[in-house]
Amino acid sequence: MLKIECPWCGERDQEEFQYGGEAHIVRPERPDTLTDEQWADYLFNRANTKGVHAEQWCHGAGCRRWFNVLRDTVSYVIVAVYRPGENPPGGGE
Amino acid sequence: MSTARRLQRGGLIDRSRRIRFSFNGKDYFGHPGDTLASALLAQGVRIFGRSFKYHRPRGIVGAGAEEPNALVQVGEGGFSTPNLKATQVELYEGLTARTVNGWPNLAFDIGAINNRLSRLLPAGFYYKTFMWPRSAWMRYERHIRRAAGLGHAPSLPDPDHYDKRHAHFDVFIAGGGPTGLTAALGAARAGARVLLVDEQTQLGGSLLFSPVLIGGRTGIEWIAELEAELRSFPEVTILSRSTVTGYYDHNFLVVNQRRTDHVGPGQAEPRLTRERLWRVRAKQVVIATGAIERPLVFDANDTPGVMLGSAVSTYIRRYAVSPGRSGAVFTNNDSGYQSALDMASAGMEVRAIVDVRKRPGADVLAAVSTYDIPIYQGYAVPSVQSGLQGLKRIEIAKLSPCGEDIVSHKGLVDCQVLAISGGWSPAVHLHSQSGGRPRYDALKACFVPGRPVQAERSAGACAGSFTLTACLREGADAGISAAAQSGWPGGYVDIPAVEESVQAPLQPFWEVPAGALSGNGVKKFLDFQNDTTASDIRLAAREGYRSIEHVKRYTALGFGTDQGKLGNINGLAILAKTLGKSPGEVGTTTFRPNYTPVTFGTVAGRTLGEQLFDPVRKTAIHAWHVRRGASFENVGQWKRPWFYPRDGEDMHAAVNRECLATRNGVGVLDASTLGKIDIRGPDAARFLNLLYTNNWDNLQPGRCRYGFMLGEDGMVMDDGVTTCLAPGHFLMTTTTGGAAAVLTWMERWLQTEWPDLKVYLTSVTDQWSVMSVAGPCARTVLQRVGCDLDLGGDAFPFMSMQVGQVAGIPARISRISFSGELAFEISVEANQGLALWETIMVAGRDYDITPYGTESMHVLRAEKGYVIVGQDTDGSVTPMDLGMDWIVSKKKDFIGKRSLSRSDTERPNRKQLVGLKTQDPSRVLPEGAQLVNSRQEAQPVPMIGHVSSSYFSANLGRSIALALVKGGLSRMGGTIYAHLMDGSVVPATICEPVFFDPENQRGKS
Repeated sequence: MLKIECPWCGERDQEEFQYGGEAHIVRPERPDTLTDEQWADYLFNRANTKGVHAEQWCHGAGCRRWFNVLRDTVSYVIVAVYRPGENPPGGGE
Repeated sequence: MSTARRLQRGGLIDRSRRIRFSFNGKDYFGHPGDTLASALLAQGVRIFGRSFKYHRPRGIVGAGAEEPNALVQVGEGGFSTPNLKATQVELYEGLTARTVNGWPNLAFDIGAINNRLSRLLPAGFYYKTFMWPRSAWMRYERHIRRAAGLGHAPSLPDPDHYDKRHAHFDVFIAGGGPTGLTAALGAARAGARVLLVDEQTQLGGSLLFSPVLIGGRTGIEWIAELEAELRSFPEVTILSRSTVTGYYDHNFLVVNQRRTDHVGPGQAEPRLTRERLWRVRAKQVVIATGAIERPLVFDANDTPGVMLGSAVSTYIRRYAVSPGRSGAVFTNNDSGYQSALDMASAGMEVRAIVDVRKRPGADVLAAVSTYDIPIYQGYAVPSVQSGLQGLKRIEIAKLSPCGEDIVSHKGLVDCQVLAISGGWSPAVHLHSQSGGRPRYDALKACFVPGRPVQAERSAGACAGSFTLTACLREGADAGISAAAQSGWPGGYVDIPAVEESVQAPLQPFWEVPAGALSGNGVKKFLDFQNDTTASDIRLAAREGYRSIEHVKRYTALGFGTDQGKLGNINGLAILAKTLGKSPGEVGTTTFRPNYTPVTFGTVAGRTLGEQLFDPVRKTAIHAWHVRRGASFENVGQWKRPWFYPRDGEDMHAAVNRECLATRNGVGVLDASTLGKIDIRGPDAARFLNLLYTNNWDNLQPGRCRYGFMLGEDGMVMDDGVTTCLAPGHFLMTTTTGGAAAVLTWMERWLQTEWPDLKVYLTSVTDQWSVMSVAGPCARTVLQRVGCDLDLGGDAFPFMSMQVGQVAGIPARISRISFSGELAFEISVEANQGLALWETIMVAGRDYDITPYGTESMHVLRAEKGYVIVGQDTDGSVTPMDLGMDWIVSKKKDFIGKRSLSRSDTERPNRKQLVGLKTQDPSRVLPEGAQLVNSRQEAQPVPMIGHVSSSYFSANLGRSIALALVKGGLSRMGGTIYAHLMDGSVVPATICEPVFFDPENQRGKS
């Protein structure tokens, strides 16, 4: 079980959180102008990263806020947590 | 029963007290300090069970968690626990135990016929034979499992309680042997908060059966001294009889503490739970789990009387039991010689030490030289012979210089016990579970921990260090550095002087060649519990299996309750040799939690029964429903009245009555469970526009609107009515089951995608009691109840909301209707709900006001063709599929809109919602029934749809159904067939899904 640091509440057990999948997938400004392929890419295609992965988590049993986590999908080490709208530390993404 | 095997002196048992117990219905006794295994060995019991596949008699092999054979069911009734290892069961007065595998009894075993047929039962036999035809496995499996047998789950409720505890520690130490003890001392002296977990009854590990002196004291004295100091630290916790069963991510460890099993049922302090599951977060972990001795692999090495050398020493030194009158040793390393010394000191006649090495260690040779024991250097035991009581004699043969072949037969030696030692396998289980990858150390011929992935370090024997001096030193260093890295520097331990012999290297020796005694049916066992033999591994390799993970599954190597603690390394080494690889290249199988089995009671803890597993939610009016005799159904976590049967009514009769009463008079429904989300902020309407498919810009205060919420994939996710309470203030209702998910969904969009929107969400589901008064008499009844509003159709039109008072209670009243009738939905503060409900029931008495449940609600809405999300939709249905294009805005964007114009969502032949009328109006289709085009068709018959809702409508006097049918909207009036499970075929006519009042005259009236 992971230990996750909520940016607002601090370090808590994973069981207080919900996983939200890959982070930084921006909803297209004008979906109606996209081709089926472009829309499908936004809708379905995910990076499936081996290594450091930016993902969304929600502190559902706590402050109920969403935030971003950089987590290594091999070692499960959490490299960083940061709030929505903030850039990942280390200038990634 | 004879106690001839009990030694007169020594051991850690209390001879002044006797403990009576029974084993397979026979009475025995032992002493405090005994295990079930040691007490039975002391009384001459040699056969403990039958093997899984060949049903060969089996005896004790080990002395702890590695024991594969002596599995017992302990205790009676609800207290009973299956598949315990007799080597770990402590005695208590009146204990009853039975072998789990020996039906009908140990002496005569029906399954033993498998032993004679064994050449017909190779690896994968069951898969190869019984899986064809596939369906037949169902028939065979029951009988095979019965013949195999592994204990019985108790059928009575468990009378005991179990609990869980969460804890945090600086330094977590797994294992309380010499390594773990010095680690704990080093960390404790630094001031760290320490948890020391040990599996056994008392601390000490290998010191409990070792003769080595530590700083001039016996191991037992040294343990006592250390334990006393450790217990003096307030921040040190010591858990005995506790197993670290799992090591998970981020230094999360699970410990199974057995608190009362050693005193027996009903004997513990009443407030003590039987077992406790510790869920621990540790800053640093020290793994000091020791090593498990490996068997040697030769013909009939499963004969009762063949035991691990360390187990022989344990029974003699710790339990004061000599496992036989005469013994021999077969070893490839120095530790076998200690078993010979222990046997000799216990008065056993030691008739041979057979060492595969040419050159054993000088120290151990000197040590045994005081006894007159023949030593065979460069020899092996290729086979053994047994009698009724187990081992009778062993064969000794000379090995070729490289050890690959037998050169000559030396002779036979009679003995009752053969102590075997094939070297030691470090218990790398926890390291592996933590994410580490054990690596093969060719010099030591074992897997040792690899690079740590988490904040852990292994020390002592589990790291491949097999001398006591190294264990003490490494333990101290590990404890001190773990404490320092968790913020507590300054720990120290003075390592006492230890006099131990210098060890000569072992000679890897994975399999003994067949000897002169071996007949055709050579069986060299690797996994005793699953009867996996060396030739099974070779067969698997011949049949093309290369990965150890596949070979494991094909041969069942390591599948037993001992999880391959004894046999896996030998198995993979033999596979490696067969494949021409090194053991390191083949690698180990993955070690997964749990290290040893954990009872279900411990896993469940206090989270038992309906009340605790999932919270039960009840409305404020629940008690009234109960008094009225309602049947309830679960909707999400909510208990909702399903129907209210009167005397003698079945569900069908009750629902018919409720539906008729609502259409013809007045009914009332407790609608409190619908999800309610309060939405506020200047951008609330903008946000609703993004969430819902229809337009929300123009909804005025006091007006209500129905909305569909889609996933971004365009599929219907939730629905409900949202009311504008004031500019920038809305109240959304969601489905009962979807409330939490919808709130989370909305929050996610607001927080991550549109943080600029000024909108705030609050769940108010539990704050309001909601009742829907529906039917032609609803208005009259509400007027009788007393309402300060003009309830007339003009002053209070359909789909509007007003705030007023009902029976003097402040209320929000909405004219919305899920039944299609004139209806007023009244919301009051939850704590006023029951009072208002009772007032309404009294006021409506003259109109025969009828409470109705969810079943009638479903019938009434189906008559109107209103869908239920999750029943008539399944995550693959768009609003267009439901024929509800009108609710989808063409102008604005909303979540899921773009997906509605994908090629798949625009396909004409999608499943679409239609009504169905069975041609026999009394025939009600089962929900879920598959629909096809004709009565008789060539197989495979194309499925063109399914029934999603189906009821008998008392109002229409016939059955009605809603169905999703491919291209259904263009098939109105056509006939379709439902093929039912009983073989009957029911024809039905496709129709519009609205069966009743299509103009909605009644709802608007």
